[in-house]
Amino acid sequence: MKKVMVVAVVLILSLAFLGCAQQEQPKTTPKPTATPEKKFDLVTKGVLTVGSDIAYPPFEYTDEKTGKYTGFDVDLMTEIAKRLGLEVKFVNTAWDGIIPGLMAKKYDVICSAMTITEERAKQVDFSNPYFEAKQVILTSASDTSIKGVNDLNGKKVAVQQGTTGDFAAQKLVEKGIKLEIIRFEGTPEALLAIQKGDADAAIIDNFVAYLAAKKDPKTYRVVDDPEFPPEYYGIAVHKDNKGLLKAINEVLEEMKKDGTYDQIYEKWFGKG
Amino acid sequence: MVGVGQFDIDLFLRILPDLAFGAFVTLELTSLSILFGLIIGSIAGLARVSKNRIFFGISTLYVEIIRGTPLLVQILIIYFGLPAIGINLRPEPAGIIALSVCSGAYIAEIVRAGIQSVPLGQMEAARSLGMSYLQSMRYIIFPQAFRNILPALGNEFIALLKDSSLLSVISIVELTRVGRQIVNTTFNAWTPFLGVALFYLMMTIPLSRLVTYSQKRIGTYEMK
Repeated sequence: MKKVMVVAVVLILSLAFLGCAQQEQPKTTPKPTATPEKKFDLVTKGVLTVGSDIAYPPFEYTDEKTGKYTGFDVDLMTEIAKRLGLEVKFVNTAWDGIIPGLMAKKYDVICSAMTITEERAKQVDFSNPYFEAKQVILTSASDTSIKGVNDLNGKKVAVQQGTTGDFAAQKLVEKGIKLEIIRFEGTPEALLAIQKGDADAAIIDNFVAYLAAKKDPKTYRVVDDPEFPPEYYGIAVHKDNKGLLKAINEVLEEMKKDGTYDQIYEKWFGKG
Repeated sequence: MVGVGQFDIDLFLRILPDLAFGAFVTLELTSLSILFGLIIGSIAGLARVSKNRIFFGISTLYVEIIRGTPLLVQILIIYFGLPAIGINLRPEPAGIIALSVCSGAYIAEIVRAGIQSVPLGQMEAARSLGMSYLQSMRYIIFPQAFRNILPALGNEFIALLKDSSLLSVISIVELTRVGRQIVNTTFNAWTPFLGVALFYLMMTIPLSRLVTYSQKRIGTYEMK
């Protein structure tokens, strides 16, 4: 019985020491040289928390081999956070509800290949544009009937709910092109619907479409139509957080000037 | 600017017809699935108390597999997975099949438990009165088992109605999905989701009342 007591005491003591050691750790980690946290509020002190719907290659996705988040947006935000003297933390968020999430301060910014739109800008502030994109039609490689938006008449069109692809499809309907919109929660599901034959086409961002067609040319084919105007991605920030918005814009400008932005761009999209 | 946490009465009134439509779809999918679920569940439930090893084995395997996997995964497998083996279903049939197969397993267990809750002596007594096995089941066991099955069955109906919200992942526009679409365009989360919850309650509360009522009607032992 005594032995058991001794063992128990030793265990408890060692656990207590472990606890102390862990508590002490943050004190020893060096603080970032710059202390810009004072200029703006953050959800977690010293950390830039980024909301992103991480299922949108090549902008944000989970690397199959490493299991880590990667993509153009991920690299961009990591660099921005570094320059602000902050750590970066990505929160994988469902696309629908991503803006209410920012408004409820679940994260500091949204960087998720989000196009700056008038409607969204009423709810959140956007940084200066960091990427130019446009909508294209992605269709089945075996289906040669679709050559432009007018051919979508009477077709089933898959979109990711609440994206600019969704809005573009709605606009086509308003213009009198009778297409049926099938809404999915993620872009991967919308692409699968084409493969399944439940949708004839999808309307999605050009880089995502071209990547899918490049990876799987037997399944997908991209149709570019001048009907779709250019779109600009922005980093969304809470309207109460003008300080953070200003800091991000400054850093973005800096990165464009010193060539860091181009480096990241070339890494993901090759030389423009 | 309308905040996420603000109740917007104008918006609420404007979205009522959309929510009602969503509620109708939810009710439609659930009723169909419950109907098929009852058929599957009754057969599987009887097989679960059967002395035939094959019937018992198959039904036990079915119940274990379905109860041991999340409904969401079942829906995804039936819609996105089955095309791999040549079964390519449209979203609505895939959704109804997923819900029916899932509720069937739970109903099978409810039926089994109901039958087994009738004391063994009842069967023995019926048989010694000269009734056949089927006759004893029909006139003695089932009427008593049904009384135990009914409340559990009512709960299963309500659970399935709520679980049907998972069908939104395969692009079916039911009540929850309608609410999420509204949040997407208005960026107001509080008002639409409150409306969605209200519509679910408008369906589940009458359902649970109905169960309580019918339980009172046929559930109590008649006193002489």
